[in-house]
Amino acid sequence: MTLPLLGAGLIATLPKSDGLAAKRAALITTSLVAIATIAMAVGFQRDNVDMQFVESYKWIPSFGINYALGIDGIALVLILMSTILAPIVVLAGWNEAHGGRWSVKTFYILILVLETMVIGVFAASDLFLFYVFFEAMLIPVYFLIGGYGTGARSAAAVKFLLYSLFGGLLMLASIIGLYVISGTTTDGHTFDIIKLSEIHNSMSSTTQNLLFLGFFIAFAIKAPLWPFHTWLPDAAKAATPGTSVLLLGILDKVGTFGMIRYCLTLFPDASKTFTPIILALSLISILYGAFLAIGERDIKRLIAFTSISHFGFITMGIFAMTSQGHSGAIFYMFSHGFSTAALFLVAGWMISRRGSSTIADFGGLQRVTPVMAWMFFLAGMSSLALPGLSSFVSEFLVLVGTYTRYPALAIIATFGIVLAALYILIPVQRALHGPITPGNEGLRDLNLREKIAIAPVIAIIIAFGVYPSPILNVINPAAAHVIAKLGFTDPIPSAGGK
Amino acid sequence: MNPFIIPTLSYTLLSPILIVLAGALIGVLVEAFVSLKRRGITQLVLTLSTLVLSLFQVWNIRGAQSNSAVMSSVIIDGPGVLLQASILIISIISVFLIADTDNFTALAAALPGSDEERVSLQSGNQVTEVFPLTLFAISGMLLFPVASDLITLFVALEMLSLPLYLMAGLSRRRRLLSQEAALKYFLLGSFSSAFFLFGAAYLYGYAGNVTFVSIASAVVGGSGNDVILFIGIAFLSIGLLFKVGAVPFHAWSPDVYQGAPTPVTAFMAAATKVAAFGAMLRIFYTALAEANWSWVPFLTVIAIITMLFGSFVAIAQSDIKRMLAYSSIAHAGFFLTGVIALNQAGLSASIFYLFSYGITTVGAFAVVTLVRDSSGEIGDINRWSGLGKRSPWIATIFAGFLLAFAGIPLTSGFIGKFSIFSAAYESGAKNVVIAGVLSSAIAAFFYIRVIVLMFFKDPIDDGTSVVIPSVLTRTTVIASFVVTIALGVFPAPLIDFINNYAIFVR
Repeated sequence: MTLPLLGAGLIATLPKSDGLAAKRAALITTSLVAIATIAMAVGFQRDNVDMQFVESYKWIPSFGINYALGIDGIALVLILMSTILAPIVVLAGWNEAHGGRWSVKTFYILILVLETMVIGVFAASDLFLFYVFFEAMLIPVYFLIGGYGTGARSAAAVKFLLYSLFGGLLMLASIIGLYVISGTTTDGHTFDIIKLSEIHNSMSSTTQNLLFLGFFIAFAIKAPLWPFHTWLPDAAKAATPGTSVLLLGILDKVGTFGMIRYCLTLFPDASKTFTPIILALSLISILYGAFLAIGERDIKRLIAFTSISHFGFITMGIFAMTSQGHSGAIFYMFSHGFSTAALFLVAGWMISRRGSSTIADFGGLQRVTPVMAWMFFLAGMSSLALPGLSSFVSEFLVLVGTYTRYPALAIIATFGIVLAALYILIPVQRALHGPITPGNEGLRDLNLREKIAIAPVIAIIIAFGVYPSPILNVINPAAAHVIAKLGFTDPIPSAGGK
Repeated sequence: MNPFIIPTLSYTLLSPILIVLAGALIGVLVEAFVSLKRRGITQLVLTLSTLVLSLFQVWNIRGAQSNSAVMSSVIIDGPGVLLQASILIISIISVFLIADTDNFTALAAALPGSDEERVSLQSGNQVTEVFPLTLFAISGMLLFPVASDLITLFVALEMLSLPLYLMAGLSRRRRLLSQEAALKYFLLGSFSSAFFLFGAAYLYGYAGNVTFVSIASAVVGGSGNDVILFIGIAFLSIGLLFKVGAVPFHAWSPDVYQGAPTPVTAFMAAATKVAAFGAMLRIFYTALAEANWSWVPFLTVIAIITMLFGSFVAIAQSDIKRMLAYSSIAHAGFFLTGVIALNQAGLSASIFYLFSYGITTVGAFAVVTLVRDSSGEIGDINRWSGLGKRSPWIATIFAGFLLAFAGIPLTSGFIGKFSIFSAAYESGAKNVVIAGVLSSAIAAFFYIRVIVLMFFKDPIDDGTSVVIPSVLTRTTVIASFVVTIALGVFPAPLIDFINNYAIFVR
């Protein structure tokens, strides 16, 4: 678990060199981190629901703040996803930094700082430390969007930052509330999330509801859930494809991760109170994101809207309060990371070759650039959850998990899948098939570097679609533990059920 | 008739103040007798060594717990010592900035635009009276948070204010604006002094004595007239709230911040806040703690208005110094939440936040002195655009200061904000915490706007340049930046230190 330090330590050596050296150093660092994480995952005890790889140092003793890290199955899966995606992003976006405002090396320093903080956010087992990473993470993303993006990049970066800061400050108010209450109930003030998860009994329900809302709104902005989503399409459009992968694939997971780790465990009663509202918001997100995606002409904004729809599924899985729903939601986060990465990376290559991000400008790519077209097709299929791909497993689990408790909701949400077929197949058909749009004849296919970058993503999507149990074995005990702690038992399908 | 009692003075306990006063007097003599060529450097060395010696004395008396240093007019205790140390450290950092005499008029006595002024500018006949004035102001500031009766408090208030009025008028460029600022500061300052005295008179009428101890016991006894107590507290607070620039008594501060020479603004904004809030903490925590029914609601309203108003109006500012002035108004609101908290955590948090905010403020204004064109500093924020490209280091450091003001984690501002809000929440002032969090969100907007301008906009070619910082200014900028980040990442030692000492002697 010294990985965050490893990442940060190597950044320090970077500024000496420039350009290519910085790229190589970044690639090597992120790959090493990924390998180390995989090694760690192998050593993870799957059936142990407690925090593992725990380390803890005193940071600010007078406030009871520790630099405490530890991971459970949920965090492990997300860290795994983040660290595997990082070198892919570096490799796939080899030339991304050149259009930027600042030097190439700054770009990679920002990416490495961001990776450090993401790992920290998932691994923190001290609420204060989590908040520090949660907020500090915004700064590198802000500069990545604003400094290296395209189009209205600074406006998009500011919009992103202000939305997130606003949510973060609401959460800060709630954290202060929790901190003060912890001083009156346990032995002294604490930020340890395990101790904090035991104090909810001593809060009045009003207090609990208000504190819950502070956390939930922050995470809903991050995730993003309708109606807090408006920053996402702009940010995704303005950012470089690599940054978009980091943003949608990894960072937004912090929102849904936070809902499980903090909203549910710290405020179980309030979570139950708000469940109907949140499920309604999720359903709106699923359908609203899908409808907007169908009408969208810009390929990057389209991917952003599909993500809003997917995040609706994840939130629904979380708040369905069944263990299948939870496992599904966590697995969904994992597979969504990879399918979004595939979509954004291929779309990014298409855009940089064609010089346009409008879907109508593409056409007949199947004939001109067959490899790229197939990759885009596969990524699209993964996004609409084709059976045999990992996203199918997760979507299926979410829907089954929701159905056992809220059948009507699951049925309506199924329409989201139908819509997904539309919003994916329409651009696939326009961009890949049909006559070659004038101007597309000379496009080059993927080169070796790009093929190497996309290969693991596609491999993971297919491998865990066919054989998901390695990941599910890690997730299931953790998910069941959360549900059990909340006092829910999975509804047993009645004998007459169809 | 009472026999005259010979006052007993504990010189050791008073030595930090006395050393600074002596240094100031020597400074006056230096100004008169040392030759022009050596005057600047002599003054700088004298001022710095005075301050360092005084800080050393503060360190020596850190464990003292005495309420009889001067016939119960001065209390030396933990919080007092901490505040004195904060003031001295902030002053030492500011003095490096003040020593850059390029910011000050050559001859303050000459009328703006007169021949006399031109001659003294051309001949390089730079007077350096700003050093002794600074020392006089510091000695007042050192006395202010340890004063324990209303008369001493008033004397300290005037001691720190009078030199500041003069210093505000010393700017080398745009002298008329500077002199207008000085006059405005003086007039409104006199007003506030009058309010203060009026309130002090009522409190004397209520308690029959001016010492905090007897006011406190009169409040506990509860035999006095509550109306008189209330009027007294209200007017006394108004006088103090003027000094810290809380809404609706803030009107002077944007003009004075803008008009005064920037090094003076830095010093004033940082050190005066520490001194004034130090005094407020002492009065409200010791003398009037039991009368909290009368002032807590009043200060709560003021704090909420101050935070929200400061943040909202700052958005509309186009001058960097005015923007920082409104940001400092909003911060005054944050500090007030520490006063309202009225608990041990509130006291420690306030001292920590005052210190770290002071350091950050000095650093931010030091950067402002560096961004110039041929006619002096550039106030217009729009002309700061593209600074990140021209001078990435300065822009990065300034962005760091702004993020600290905004309270982003890993800066001292975050720890300060967190600790002061949690203290206020603990005391039940949840509405203040919510207002504070909301105004932080609003405030983030204008801090980020400056960062956007510096980094994401292309430079306009209009002769804006960043002067290569002199060694002196560089010391200020780097020292404050290091402290700002260090207190954000490793605040534990300082917090523990403050917690050990921050207990008022009543």
